[in-house]
Amino acid sequence: MELVSRPHVDNFIEWSRSRPEVLVLSADLTNSCEVGAWRDTFPERFVTAGMAEQNMLGVAAGLAREGFVPFVHTFAVFIYRRAYDQLAMSIAYPNLKVRLVGFLPGIVTPGGVTHQAIEDIAIMRATPNMTVVETGDATEVESVLDAIEHVDGPVYVRMLRGEIPRLFPVDEPMQLGQSRLLSEGDDVTVITAGIATEEAMRAATALSAAGVGVTHVHVNTHKPFGDEILDDAIRRARHGVITLENHVVTGGLGSAVSEYVTDRGIGTRVMRLGLIDTYAHGASKPYLMHEYGLDALALTRAVETLTNTTLGIDQSDLAEIRLDAVHSAAKAEAL
Amino acid sequence: MTTIPQGDRRISAETNDLSRLEAIASRIRNRVFEHVLANDGGYLSQAMSSADIFAALYGTVLKLGPVTGDTLPGDFSGVPGPANPHYRSGGRFNGERSAEGDVFLFSPAHYALVLYAALIEVGRLDSAALGEFNVDGSTMEMIGAEHSPGVETTTGSLAQALSQACGIALARKMRAESGRTWVFMSDGEFQEGQTWEALAFASFHGLSGLRAVVDANGQQCDGPMVDVCNVEPLKQRIEAFGCRAVEVDGHDIAALVSAMNDPVEVPLVVVARTNPAHTLPVSKEHAPGHYLRFKSPDERARYEAFYTDRMVTI
Repeated sequence: MELVSRPHVDNFIEWSRSRPEVLVLSADLTNSCEVGAWRDTFPERFVTAGMAEQNMLGVAAGLAREGFVPFVHTFAVFIYRRAYDQLAMSIAYPNLKVRLVGFLPGIVTPGGVTHQAIEDIAIMRATPNMTVVETGDATEVESVLDAIEHVDGPVYVRMLRGEIPRLFPVDEPMQLGQSRLLSEGDDVTVITAGIATEEAMRAATALSAAGVGVTHVHVNTHKPFGDEILDDAIRRARHGVITLENHVVTGGLGSAVSEYVTDRGIGTRVMRLGLIDTYAHGASKPYLMHEYGLDALALTRAVETLTNTTLGIDQSDLAEIRLDAVHSAAKAEAL
Repeated sequence: MTTIPQGDRRISAETNDLSRLEAIASRIRNRVFEHVLANDGGYLSQAMSSADIFAALYGTVLKLGPVTGDTLPGDFSGVPGPANPHYRSGGRFNGERSAEGDVFLFSPAHYALVLYAALIEVGRLDSAALGEFNVDGSTMEMIGAEHSPGVETTTGSLAQALSQACGIALARKMRAESGRTWVFMSDGEFQEGQTWEALAFASFHGLSGLRAVVDANGQQCDGPMVDVCNVEPLKQRIEAFGCRAVEVDGHDIAALVSAMNDPVEVPLVVVARTNPAHTLPVSKEHAPGHYLRFKSPDERARYEAFYTDRMVTI
């Protein structure tokens, strides 16, 4: 599997060249949010707000009212926790075209509870007018700007930074409201988003080898939620659906799937894996994923529970799995 | 002791005559007063403190285009959003935008009745609109919303307008527009940290087109601001943030106009010292509170007498 280093840096610069209306607003986390080179390339379009997120969101609203498209770049927690009233009243209510690019989703950072955005999707999903997307690999980081460009309202982007795996081919960019079908099987459907997808791909390979038919769907659009791929995947699962998310299980992907199922009267069980009503703490990503049951092993255990079988898959089996970028099975079928 | 500069009594022909502005202020107060009596309560003290500020702003200082469309408030047509193509902003009552013209943001949304009265007095809003005040399904909401006449941002959660004005002023600076960006504020908003974030931002980014006018009536929900959480000395605090603060008697319209038109090249805050009982026959200490509710038939009768007296005087 290819690891891509800081794909947002150059991609965002190139993307912005032909879009003079695009501005970047930063609250003292410019390099941390991979827009240092952007600032140096377009200094006249870079607005430094200092550590003052409430004001920064208001400024973004004012700029958007004047026809600019501000891309707020900061850690996700400082967007939705620190400045929620400003986010809701100054930006979301008037449906302004502001891009809120939130870094450090869930437990990807050792920065601890203050830096870990674990309930952002829940809050953003509950915010009227807000579109909510999440990047899951380098290809999605590179294509999310195009995917949301024509949304004439606020968009929250749950963003990745640093070394990012390429799970999806470059020629299959993110498309708003379009899930990816990564594997097919009739026993269990696994639905994941963000960094949980890589873990689930690992688990799906092992599960398949153990004879369990797994349909795996990757979601990149939390709101609006639901498409044909998701619908088919949920309905075909013989034993039920498992969601795995780098987020609390309240209000995020697991909740969205549960709502989808209950709204349509689909009679299937939904097991939600993620943070269970808890904050995390400062430690490495692999350590925290294991501690809180967000990893491939936790997923195989959930499949055992759902199918009432013992598969005998352990950590070493999962660690040996080599992942390659996977074409969406759905797209192959459509062609 | 702060000195309060006296306004130029020989207010020039260009800035309109003082008596006309004073008449606007007086009629704003009367309209609000009449309405508070008819509705058995309301935001009376805000009208008493700020009517002169609104008269100065809408009567002469603001450079606004004519109202776009008719001057009726119209019914509530839904909240903004992708599913609502019929949404209409209350900003249309402040007229068509131009590069040379001004933008006006209205921050303390509970002053809505005063704003509506001001719009009526300068011919931007039909006087029949007041009949729809606080009526279900009307845009004439008690706490001004984005669809309410004269309002174009959501500011009922206080202290959010100044930051939005910073964004607008920054955009206008980038486009080299000469028009100014105004915010009407209340002094209570200086208890919110966001106000100070915005002042630091405005000063740092050199937003010389930004102008805030503050109704410093010293009063908030829980009582006098000095007892709730003092924000004084406002002028010194604002200037410490790199903005220019001009303190004036908020009931001296000539002084207000000249302070608002200060040619200063940094963000300007006009601190208008006002009395929430101005023109009422009670002392400042016995001014009607944040929201006037008649506690007894006697109190109501007293206010009715105040009203009758002032109408006779006029």
